Amino acid sequence: MILLQLVIDGLLLGAVYALFSSGLTLIWGMMNVVNFAHGDFVMVAMYVAFFAFTLLKIGPVLFIPLAAVVLFCLGVAVYYGLVRHVMRGPMLAQIISTFGLALFLRYSALWAFSANFVSLPDNLVGGTFQFGELRISAAQLLAGITALALTLGMHLLLTRTDLGSRMLAVSEDRTAAALVGIRPDPMQALAWGLGGASAGVAGALIALFFYVSPEVGNSFTLLAFVTVCLGGFGSVPGALLAGLAIGVIQSFSAYWLGPSTKDVVVFALFVLLLWVRPQGLLGRA
Amino acid sequence: MRIAPGSLAAAAILLLLAVAPVATGNPFYQHIAALVVLAAISASAWNVIGGYAGQVSFGHAVYFGTGAYASLLTFDKLGLPPIAGAPLGVLASFVLSVVIGLPSFRLRGHYFSMATIAVAALAQVLVTNWGFVGGAIGLMGPASPRSIADLLFRSALPYYAIFLGVLAVLLACTWLMQRGRTGFYLRALGSGEQAAASLGVPVRRYKLYALLLSGAFTSLAGSLYAVFVGFIDPDSGFGILISVNMVVMSALGGAGTLFGPLVGAIILVPLEEITNAWFGGSGTGTAYVAYGIVIMIIARFAPGGLAQLWQLFAWRRRRAA
Repeated sequence: MILLQLVIDGLLLGAVYALFSSGLTLIWGMMNVVNFAHGDFVMVAMYVAFFAFTLLKIGPVLFIPLAAVVLFCLGVAVYYGLVRHVMRGPMLAQIISTFGLALFLRYSALWAFSANFVSLPDNLVGGTFQFGELRISAAQLLAGITALALTLGMHLLLTRTDLGSRMLAVSEDRTAAALVGIRPDPMQALAWGLGGASAGVAGALIALFFYVSPEVGNSFTLLAFVTVCLGGFGSVPGALLAGLAIGVIQSFSAYWLGPSTKDVVVFALFVLLLWVRPQGLLGRA
Repeated sequence: MRIAPGSLAAAAILLLLAVAPVATGNPFYQHIAALVVLAAISASAWNVIGGYAGQVSFGHAVYFGTGAYASLLTFDKLGLPPIAGAPLGVLASFVLSVVIGLPSFRLRGHYFSMATIAVAALAQVLVTNWGFVGGAIGLMGPASPRSIADLLFRSALPYYAIFLGVLAVLLACTWLMQRGRTGFYLRALGSGEQAAASLGVPVRRYKLYALLLSGAFTSLAGSLYAVFVGFIDPDSGFGILISVNMVVMSALGGAGTLFGPLVGAIILVPLEEITNAWFGGSGTGTAYVAYGIVIMIIARFAPGGLAQLWQLFAWRRRRAA
């Protein structure tokens, strides 16, 4: 029974990882740029949710979309202000640009909000569901199901709609897409917007059951890297499966080896994966 | 013989570095001067792999921490002077370079940088949970000098002299490398790895050479830091900000130039000390907000750093003349 409990906890958490990682993988797939600030986007969204609740007195039904909108705008702004200009520059500029952004976001948050942990009240989405011996917290269930639905929605958007086809065209070949009348810039900005929004929703969902602090972004960035790497760079379904798998791995390693080791296992897995199979388990060579 | 204005300026900087702290006689400035040179050592060491070879590592804290822990472990476990651990740290850095480098160098560009972040994060968590090396609490150096070999001085000047000597050796090594075959190979693979490989550059072997040199001096910088400060914990040894400092200083001064990292250190270290003095305990965060902005501005407008601006300026002036 405890095994089933661990699997369910892991899957619910993993769905949220899958959501923000799908944003990272979308950005990578569109323009071969890694967003080193992705976890810090999640951190910003968590603060948006926290302050929306404490200052504006609005509940999850409103602050989750709010976080999505704010982070969508942040993503688009980062694209037009920074990424667009470094994309075809030297590798050094590409890599350090979003890393600088990560530092800026993390330490601005530290400066403005101090290093203290804050959290939303436990009973915001209260209660637990009891099925026999299984206990599932309502907040985690809500987060997991919302994240799962939105990740699938993102996949459908990219594969089943006209807009998705345009984005795919730009990611395949910028110049050719421009020749058939698709302007690459708005499509790439949209990818950053969607990437930001996915981190936005995920952050607001995580804030329902996890503390908020300026430093949380670092481990989310690494988690997103592991997920994207495991699922194959650029693949949203891959990120979904990998996210779920990593959630389960984390919940098992926390149970068997102690809570402090759950990051060690995931980071070690990441390093191993990059070394052994850089294209990801489901990725193409 | 014609002397380039660049090398003239460099000589002037070095002379100023050698004389100014002694001349001021102010202990606070001397302390900052020692920190500047120490930061310049690790940034210049990073520059060999990150600047010349173009392999952007965000995980060089692994080498820094290894050196720092090697020296204080030598004191803590064996009772020897901390500096005796420096050669051990360098040896350990060689082993680490091979173990980390060989698999990582199959990765290019962004993938390599992601791997370095993860390796450093992993190292930090492991050291934090390893009781033998002091766990989360860290290690202390000797409280009072037992002999001159403990290198405990009240003034910062003796440290300053030692650091300056190490920096001079490192810059000499880099200069020799830059002029020789290795330098050309590294710059070739830095500006286009596939192109370099197709022209017959043994890419992975030369990346490893660069990492061995870079890791060894970063480790040495860590050992010197531990001797100077007398204390090390997982954050000050393996924390990501240690790596950040090396990256931002090199990038500001000019990654892949001989004196770029030194220039970056001369600008940024006093800046950080000033913000610390202004904002007190919360100052560290403020400095890194500024670093983030500096990095973004460099990436956006001048990826070559101040060296690029200097060249642009010199070129304009020459054309006007």
